Amino acid sequence: MEWVYSEEVKDHFINPRNVFIDEGAFDYDAKSVVGNIKCGDEMAFYIKVDKNKNTILDCRWKTYGCASAIASTSVLSEKVKGMTLDEAYDISPRDLAKDLGGLPEHKIHCSVLGDKALRAAIDNYYERNGMSGKIRKEKAKVICKCMNVTDQEIENAVTEGANTYLELQEHTKLGAVCGQCKEEAIKLLEKYRKEHF
Amino acid sequence: MSTRQVYMDNNATTPLHPEVKKAIIEGIDIFGNASSLHSFGRRARKHIEKARKTVTSFIGAEPDELIFVGSGSEANNTVLNIFACKCPVCNSKKACTKEIITSVVEHPCILRTSECLIGKGLSVLYVGVDQFGKIDMELIKEMITDKTGLVSIMMANNEIGTIMDIKKIANMAHARGALFHTDAAQAVGKIPVNVVGLDVDFLTLSAHKTYGPKGIGALYIKKGTPFCPMIYGGHQERGRRAGTENTLGIVGLGKAVEMLTKEMAEDTAKILDLKLKLKAGIEESVPDIYFNGHPDDCLPGTLNVSFIGAEGESILLHLDLAGIAVSTGSACASGSLDPSHVLLATGTSAEKAHGSIRFSLGRENTKEDVDYVLEKLPGIIAGIRSISTAYDGRKK
Repeated sequence: MEWVYSEEVKDHFINPRNVFIDEGAFDYDAKSVVGNIKCGDEMAFYIKVDKNKNTILDCRWKTYGCASAIASTSVLSEKVKGMTLDEAYDISPRDLAKDLGGLPEHKIHCSVLGDKALRAAIDNYYERNGMSGKIRKEKAKVICKCMNVTDQEIENAVTEGANTYLELQEHTKLGAVCGQCKEEAIKLLEKYRKEHF
Repeated sequence: MSTRQVYMDNNATTPLHPEVKKAIIEGIDIFGNASSLHSFGRRARKHIEKARKTVTSFIGAEPDELIFVGSGSEANNTVLNIFACKCPVCNSKKACTKEIITSVVEHPCILRTSECLIGKGLSVLYVGVDQFGKIDMELIKEMITDKTGLVSIMMANNEIGTIMDIKKIANMAHARGALFHTDAAQAVGKIPVNVVGLDVDFLTLSAHKTYGPKGIGALYIKKGTPFCPMIYGGHQERGRRAGTENTLGIVGLGKAVEMLTKEMAEDTAKILDLKLKLKAGIEESVPDIYFNGHPDDCLPGTLNVSFIGAEGESILLHLDLAGIAVSTGSACASGSLDPSHVLLATGTSAEKAHGSIRFSLGRENTKEDVDYVLEKLPGIIAGIRSISTAYDGRKK
């Protein structure tokens, strides 16, 4: 019988790659935790970096999340090895969904946590190694404090096709906890829609 | 995919009872329109009225107090919409422009309809529940006033199985001159339901929750109660629900209820026994769990449990790969961003709600099914927890 998601999702869901199981067994240079269990998912990402080439040598992750979150992060963890930090920073949830043979539209928002955690881990690496100038997060303004969603991410979501506040929520998960950022998010949504379309 | 299949999602829907299947197959050629006077029509009419008698006698009603509808959702929509009707001809005038009281744990077909009524200018009040999912009796007593037109409270909750004190709430409503409706879609066939004993004015039931076919439900309307149809047209169901009768569906519902008359007591005792085995087995083999719902006043087959540190959709899909069918209160399985409104209403944390699984057992489940679930479940939970940021092996 056909599974609810693609075969690729199933494969990574059943056998997730590069999972951080044993704290002592992986020597990492930077780490991050993003998301919020209250919202149904949380992600931790650990990276080991080649300090001369600025490339990712290895990585591990852990999540409290659904099948799409597990599969997309598992795919991501294979993809980033050998990439430069800059290349890794630019991976989008759409890239991962493509690698997974597609995800249903309402599951895209479940897959945003992996790449977000990866970017936070890269920023953490810059911070730990006196390279704060490279941190991109600081350039972006956090709009949703609960889910740590920035104006840049809202812009990305708009370019990826979010037309309404609900669609913006589906892409970014913003406003799902306290909802205080709704007004500002809607203003940005309209602003970016005017700029891009 | 596993070869063994264990279906424990009977609150979502049930398989057809073999006798129901037989009755439907035997009735497949009853094509006449029950409104026609000729023999073809009369044949259909005979089957419909036989089913009506079976269903009404099972719930303690008179045959003319029951209409067949397309679903439990339709029955619930019909009742609530009576109170929004402003047409000058129907006999619901004394019911309209009033206030409605319902609860925060109702099925979406009540909650969404009530939101629509607010849009139509009605006032809707929502009573809360305690940690076990029971209606707050002190609060509802205060809420019901002379302004209240209808109180609608489900008989048993679909997600956690908590059984409400319907008779007490119906009495409260009647004491203030309000009508009382109960959505008994989950209760009929699982616990005894008698409309006279419970003193209700409207009662909703659904065939597919109790081994009958999909697409057929029924609404009990106490004699003399103000009513207004939701679907207008022909004179079917004494003008209370237009549309040519779903004869086969009605035959299926009638047979399903006939089988309940014969088998319900024995089946529910067996189902309860299996659920308690499952509950004890989970308690023994999986640490860091919480059971949701009322410890005693609970539907016999419903077991809702939260697994700390494991997300519900992941659990559901791993169980599915093992051939076991359940449901979850996690947001990730619902298409919305919010976890179960029922669990949140009981004060359960969002984390526990996201990690909740509902096992709902039915008449086809066996001891071997329970053993199989207990064989698979601990490993699945441990596996999910091993990659979880939200589990550190608290108790071990």
